[in-house]
Amino acid sequence: MKINGKSHSDMVEPRLLLVHYLREVVGLTGTHVGCETTSCGACTIIYNGKSIKSCTMFAVQADGAELKTIEGLGEEGNLHPIQQAFWDNHGLQCGFCTPGFIMQTYWLLRENPTPTDEEIRQGLGGNLCRCTGYQNIIKSVKAAAKEMKK
Amino acid sequence: MIPRKFEYFAPRSIKEATSLLKKFGPDAKILAGGVSLIPVMKLRFGSPAKIIDINRIPGLEYIRASGGRLNIGALTRHAELERSKTVKDRVFLLSETASVIGDPQVRNMGTIGGSLSHSDPSGDWGAAIIALRGELTIQGPRKRRRMKVDDFLVDTFTSALQPDEILTEISVPIPPARSGGAYMKLERNLGDFATAAVAVQLTIDPKGVCTSAGIGLTAVGPKNLRAEKAENVLVGHPLTPKTLEEAAAAAAEDAQPIPDPLRGSAEYKKEMTRVYARRGIERAISRAKGGKK
Repeated sequence: MKINGKSHSDMVEPRLLLVHYLREVVGLTGTHVGCETTSCGACTIIYNGKSIKSCTMFAVQADGAELKTIEGLGEEGNLHPIQQAFWDNHGLQCGFCTPGFIMQTYWLLRENPTPTDEEIRQGLGGNLCRCTGYQNIIKSVKAAAKEMKK
Repeated sequence: MIPRKFEYFAPRSIKEATSLLKKFGPDAKILAGGVSLIPVMKLRFGSPAKIIDINRIPGLEYIRASGGRLNIGALTRHAELERSKTVKDRVFLLSETASVIGDPQVRNMGTIGGSLSHSDPSGDWGAAIIALRGELTIQGPRKRRRMKVDDFLVDTFTSALQPDEILTEISVPIPPARSGGAYMKLERNLGDFATAAVAVQLTIDPKGVCTSAGIGLTAVGPKNLRAEKAENVLVGHPLTPKTLEEAAAAAAEDAQPIPDPLRGSAEYKKEMTRVYARRGIERAISRAKGGKK
C-alpha cells in the first residue's frame, strides 16, 4: 500500500487493525487510538480519498490502497492550512483528538469547501473532544475553509 | 481489545465467495463495511474463524434507475446513497435515511447490504426499505432468489439468508408524482442508535386522499417492523389532522418495543413512536405536495 505517497509492504496477521499497523509496524504514531467502540474518531485517516476510522478496518483490507495520515498533511515549519488554523484559533488543548479532527476536516473541506456552521458540526459528528467544548474547533475549520478558498 | 485470530479470504467473485461460505458453513462471516462486524470482533462478542471480505468483488456497488425501479448494489456505501443526485431526486427517503446513520466516517465505510444482512432491530435501512416495499436479491452457490424485505427480516439479528448466501441487490419502486417520504429518528446524540425512528413513504391523489402508504419502524421491536395498522388508517382516506392523529396512535400500537436501559422504557418508546410517526407523516405529506419525492 501507499502511505503519504510512500510504498509500504509487510506481512501481517489478518486480525491486525489498520490503526495498529500504522502505529506499530510503520511507526506513524500521529494516528491515535481513543476508544474501543468506533465512536471517538481519533483514528481517522484518509483511505482511497475517503475519511475512515482506521480502528475499524483490518490492515489487510488496505492492501493496494492509498492512505493519507496526519503525517502526510504538513510538517513543522510548513503546516497545512488546516493545521495552521487549529493553531491560530486554539482548536486544541491536549491534542489527542486533533489528528483525527484535522483528517476529518481535510475530507470535509474537499467534499464541501464552504460549509456552514451546521454543516461543520454534522461533518465532524464522528469525532469527539473532551477538552475544548468544540467552539474553537468549529472556528478553526471555518478559518481553514476561508484560507483554502483563496 | 484485539480480535481473536481468524483466517482471511478476499474472493474476487460472488461465485468464489458463496463457495467459500458453503465450504465453511457457520464458521464464516461476510465482511462488507465492517462497521458492525469489526466492533463485535474487537469486543469478542463474536469471533468468526473465517472472514470473507467481499469488498474486492466487482459489480456490487451501484445505484441504477431502470424500469420504474431504483436498484442498489448491496455494497453501496451509506455515504453514496446520502449524496447521490439520482437518489435525492427519485427516492428522497433513502437519502434522508442514509444521512442519519452513524457518523460521516461510518457512512463512508458501511454498506446498505451489510446493514440489512445484519438485521439489527435498530438498523435504519430496514424501516426505510419496508416503507418503500422494497425487494431483495439473494445469491447462493447455485440459486438466485428475490424476496420482499418483510420476509427477509426474520428476527433479531436474523435474516432469511442461508449460511451460503449473500445479499446482492436492493430494489425499490420509484414513487410516482405526488409522493413524499421522510425518516424521523430520535437519538440521544448524533451517531447513536435510534431511541425510536419512523420511515414514511406515501402518495396522495389530487383531492388529498392517500392512495398508498408505507411505514417502517426502527428500534421498537425485535426487528424492523411494518406499522400496518397505521398504514391502513391512512390508505383510502383524506389526510385530515384527525386521520394523522389516528395513524400516529396506530403506529404506537404497531410498535412492540423492548425496554432499553440506555434509551428508554417500552412505554417511552411507544410514545416516541407516536410522536415521530406523526412528524414523519406530516413531513412526507408536505414533500408530496411540494414536489420533492
